[in-house]
Amino acid sequence: MSGFVTLLIALVAAAITYGTPLLFGTLGEVLTEKSGNLNLGVEGIMFMGGAMGLGGVFYYEKGGGANGFAAVAIAILCAFLAGALASLIFSFLTTTLRANQNVTGLALSIFGTGIGQFIGEYMRVSEGGYISISNRLAGYFQNAPFPAFLQKIPLVGGILFGNSLFFYLAVLLAVALFWYLNKTRSGLYLRAVGESPATADAAGINVTRYKYLATVIGGGISAIGGMVYIMTIAGCVWNHEGLSGEGWLAVALVIFCMWRPLSAIWGSVLFGALMILYLRLVIPFIPTQLYKILPYVVTVVVLIVSSMRNNKEKQPPASLGLSYFREDR
Amino acid sequence: METKVPLIRLAKREGMETWKVWCIRVGSILLALLLGALVMVLVGVNPIGAYGTILSGALGKKTAIRQTVKIAVPLLGCALAIAPCFKMRFWNIGAEGQITAGAIAASYFALFWVGRLPGPVLLVVMGLAGAAAGGLWALIPAFFKAKWNTNETLFTLMMNYIIIGVVRWLQGGPWEGRPGSQIIPQFDGAACLPRVLGVHCGWIIVLVLVVFMHVYMRYTKHGYEIAVIGDSVNTARYAGMNVGHIMMRTMFLSGAISGIVGFIVASGANNTLYDGVAGGVGFTSITVAWLSQLNAFAMVVISMLLAVLEKGAETLQTRLAVPTSISDIITGILLFCMLGCEFFINYRLILRKGGHKEVAK
Amino acid sequence: MEKTVCAIELKGITKRFGEVVANDGINLQLHRGEILSLLGENGSGKTTLMNMLAGIYFPDEGQIYVGGKPVSIRSPKDAYANGIGMIHQHYKLVDVFTATENIVLGLEEGGKLDRKAANEKVRAICERYGFDIDPAQKIYDMSVSQKQTVEIVKVLYRGADILILDEPTAVLTPQETNKLFAVLRSMRADGKAIVIITHKLHEVMALSDKVTVLRKGKYIGTVATSQTTPQALTDMMVGRSVTLDIGRPRYGNPVKRLELRDVTCHDGEGVKRLDGVSFTAMGGEILGIAGIAGSGQRELLEAVAGLYPVSSGEILYSPEGREPSSLVGKTPMQIKRAGVAMAFVPEDRLGMGLVGSMGMTGNMMLRSWRKGKGAFVNRKDPNELALQIWKELEVVTPSTEFPVRRMSGGNVQKVLVGREIASAPSVLMTAYAVRGLDINTSYTIYNLLTEQKMKGVAVIYVGEDLDVLLELCDRILVLCGGRVSGIVDARTATKDQIGLLMTRLGGKEEA
Repeated sequence: MSGFVTLLIALVAAAITYGTPLLFGTLGEVLTEKSGNLNLGVEGIMFMGGAMGLGGVFYYEKGGGANGFAAVAIAILCAFLAGALASLIFSFLTTTLRANQNVTGLALSIFGTGIGQFIGEYMRVSEGGYISISNRLAGYFQNAPFPAFLQKIPLVGGILFGNSLFFYLAVLLAVALFWYLNKTRSGLYLRAVGESPATADAAGINVTRYKYLATVIGGGISAIGGMVYIMTIAGCVWNHEGLSGEGWLAVALVIFCMWRPLSAIWGSVLFGALMILYLRLVIPFIPTQLYKILPYVVTVVVLIVSSMRNNKEKQPPASLGLSYFREDR
Repeated sequence: METKVPLIRLAKREGMETWKVWCIRVGSILLALLLGALVMVLVGVNPIGAYGTILSGALGKKTAIRQTVKIAVPLLGCALAIAPCFKMRFWNIGAEGQITAGAIAASYFALFWVGRLPGPVLLVVMGLAGAAAGGLWALIPAFFKAKWNTNETLFTLMMNYIIIGVVRWLQGGPWEGRPGSQIIPQFDGAACLPRVLGVHCGWIIVLVLVVFMHVYMRYTKHGYEIAVIGDSVNTARYAGMNVGHIMMRTMFLSGAISGIVGFIVASGANNTLYDGVAGGVGFTSITVAWLSQLNAFAMVVISMLLAVLEKGAETLQTRLAVPTSISDIITGILLFCMLGCEFFINYRLILRKGGHKEVAK
Repeated sequence: MEKTVCAIELKGITKRFGEVVANDGINLQLHRGEILSLLGENGSGKTTLMNMLAGIYFPDEGQIYVGGKPVSIRSPKDAYANGIGMIHQHYKLVDVFTATENIVLGLEEGGKLDRKAANEKVRAICERYGFDIDPAQKIYDMSVSQKQTVEIVKVLYRGADILILDEPTAVLTPQETNKLFAVLRSMRADGKAIVIITHKLHEVMALSDKVTVLRKGKYIGTVATSQTTPQALTDMMVGRSVTLDIGRPRYGNPVKRLELRDVTCHDGEGVKRLDGVSFTAMGGEILGIAGIAGSGQRELLEAVAGLYPVSSGEILYSPEGREPSSLVGKTPMQIKRAGVAMAFVPEDRLGMGLVGSMGMTGNMMLRSWRKGKGAFVNRKDPNELALQIWKELEVVTPSTEFPVRRMSGGNVQKVLVGREIASAPSVLMTAYAVRGLDINTSYTIYNLLTEQKMKGVAVIYVGEDLDVLLELCDRILVLCGGRVSGIVDARTATKDQIGLLMTRLGGKEEA
């Protein structure tokens, strides 16, 4: 029995670690999609965030910096800026130039993974083959921000207080996003833009501004997810193999949580668990390799069920993926 | 009386002269190459030399050209597959998965039926199996779209990763070659596509598909139905078309062609199956199809252009030590510019000047 | 003092759209505590005029005064600043939001959204005027009349004391209409100034204090409701009969071609759109269908064409020399093959029946694409047909491949009507075939229809202009609220007679 509990606790802790980058990616994309923009470039955005975040910290340390909190702040800032810049391209093309969102998003995916890999490779080559960050600095990214005695509380201590700083940041962000979307005027207006830009426009809301801001900030948040993956799971080393697919998984999670930030918290832990389950728990008759497709399978099921039920509350934003042009009627 | 008219106003434009349209498109490609050059300068490479290297690396030698064509074949094939869906405004972004499904089915016959069937028959069976598997894989989201209006963009996207996961399982499980290798063994020679002019004959299949798709879209009843639905679903119903049925049929065809591409890649290029069999081709080809305005012949040009970039970048890496991912960056820039330029073809900017006019409802 | 200053005054308002003069020197006055009806037929310029008050359009000439002061209204925001709010025919609401969320949309930037306080404020407005909505209810759960109420509250919430309602009763049941009128009366008592745009006479008589009549963009006059009669208003609205000189030959011996018996249809939301419609259409005759917009014309045609579900009743079709057969339950394709053609010109012209991105040839194929064996479409015959229509109807287009979307309205209609006629139908239905066309093109269409009639085709012509109906058709069926309110002989009927039939049924219900 106690063996099972230990296993479960270890599983949840690992699930949280693997879920955290996804949670960032998903929250950013939720914000983006609430404005009616379907940005399929998340994969590229997370690559860029990962490479830029790593690069930022690496050169900070190389330049003599040693402050852990500054390193974390630099990583977040670099990743955010990279993602925001990428999403700015997307916004300009789709909102201002009214290009097709699906195609633009895919182009951004190609571009972003290219940039991410290029920077990763370039740093590796120009720094003589290996990029590493001192264990001391890496600790700031990977260790829990709480004192040890809290983590040692039996059963729940590890799960509640033993996670990396980023998990707590992501949860705070999810709550903030929930609060913004549902409790503020501006959040209401943003949702109106995503549901019916013509209505929002008629009510005097600046559709273009809302679309730009939501997409750019959302992209920045998604990019932080890529950085978190590289700095925690990948161990502060550029690892494009591991990062690849994270962005698409984040898109899946957006659907799975039905565009609701609070559901994304447990959704990300669930997805995280499904990603590492094969290492911890062998279920007879289910090949371990098939565990990894479970997140996508459950997402498809959620998508189908929600369309069959036709529940008005649990639908994508009504104008998702469509460009808005006032003179179209 | 002073009136408040915004400084720049937009209006839809139609019927721009063809030569102007092409000027804008070619201009956008030139702009992309300029921006690409800027990137190269930033990383300390001479852009003129680099572009020269890309060109010579991709087209300079016979072997190089063969490599380039090999890259272009699946891109072109998949772009052809996607065209009818996009014409219908059915956003199938699941070509990646449909390629993979086709490759799995073809590989099944390649691995387990070799020797039981004579060589040419085996290849035909592999191709047919690939088409059937790709088609069925595409049919699933189409069915739900037709029946419950399930969002096809998100559905087809998810389907990609499910089937790629299945390949990973096959690779590490039932079809694994040497235990622990996580690799499916190489196909027997009989299951590999023969070479013609030094490249596997997939290029012939794809060129046949170009003509097929051009004819299908332009001259057949099916093509006509697709075009009408893409323009107005209401008009299609008025004309007595069964929209759901046509949607499923078109998706099956699209998936089938992607499946054939999967067969070509597995049998012709890789001679085995692995999880990267599609390798992003399904996504890149969407941009190829879109930028070609769904024109089958334009797809040949654009897929070759992207293939040249990719192959050339490999040479760039070996000669100038620039990471190959530079090709993705330049491809991205190219796509951005070409996507953006359509705006100037479809819309007119009206600067504030003189009186303002309104259009009656 | 209060009485002498107008809440709104329009002086000499003129608005042109290209060549078309939509409003020509219109005057209008409205005081607080008054309800004004703006009356006129479709296309008389009522909505255009009011859109200038709401900030959608800007007048070319003339001056608007609010509370006696000249103002210039350039946007909906300006309109609100002047206390003017308009409820348009098409509601602009976000489905997944509550009533309150829709009402406060876009009002202030930033800050916390205090739903409780906003709900209270909405509830207070509702109580004050007797509105029956729940501020916390989602729009998708609401009926059409509740959605309309949300739109009205939205306007009041923004502090408007001059309200304009564009055909507010078009989508309401009689009971809902009564409720709305009660609310409007209580707003009048509260000192609001109200304009309702309508073409329903009984509503004018029941509700308003005075009536301003427009006809074909011109100002006809303003009268106090208490000093006028429906008859007098009809005269003002339709004007004297105009002679159009449309040739109307008689066809030898008309035979029964199409018979509707007690046809009733419901729309997707269960509202009755056609109610016990019965009539016969004869080969060799043009049957006109008159009625105010939305009286069931579209549903009637679509029901015959197999595009609209028939709840009960029978549609019998008797082709030349064959037994009558039922059309109910047949697919649009089967009905078309049997020889029933429909040319419906919807408001946006292209929405149904034409493919905008294709040329004439491609659009001709819409009728013939399935013909012939094999996988290929036959482009030759449609192309020849396109060339023939191009020539015979003088369609202005550079080629038969030129996208019809880019043709002018009249040419688009020629293509549509020409194609339907070319299928050699035995029943030809057209709706609004001359909508937006100039005189010459209109006559081309009239001649085409008459030609068909003389070939023995049963022509059904849904029209808006009573003058045309009276001169073109042999008989006229008048629809009102989904019912047949009368069938008259077009050679002897008068405009007044039809005008009254158009509104009679509703009038009965109101009384």
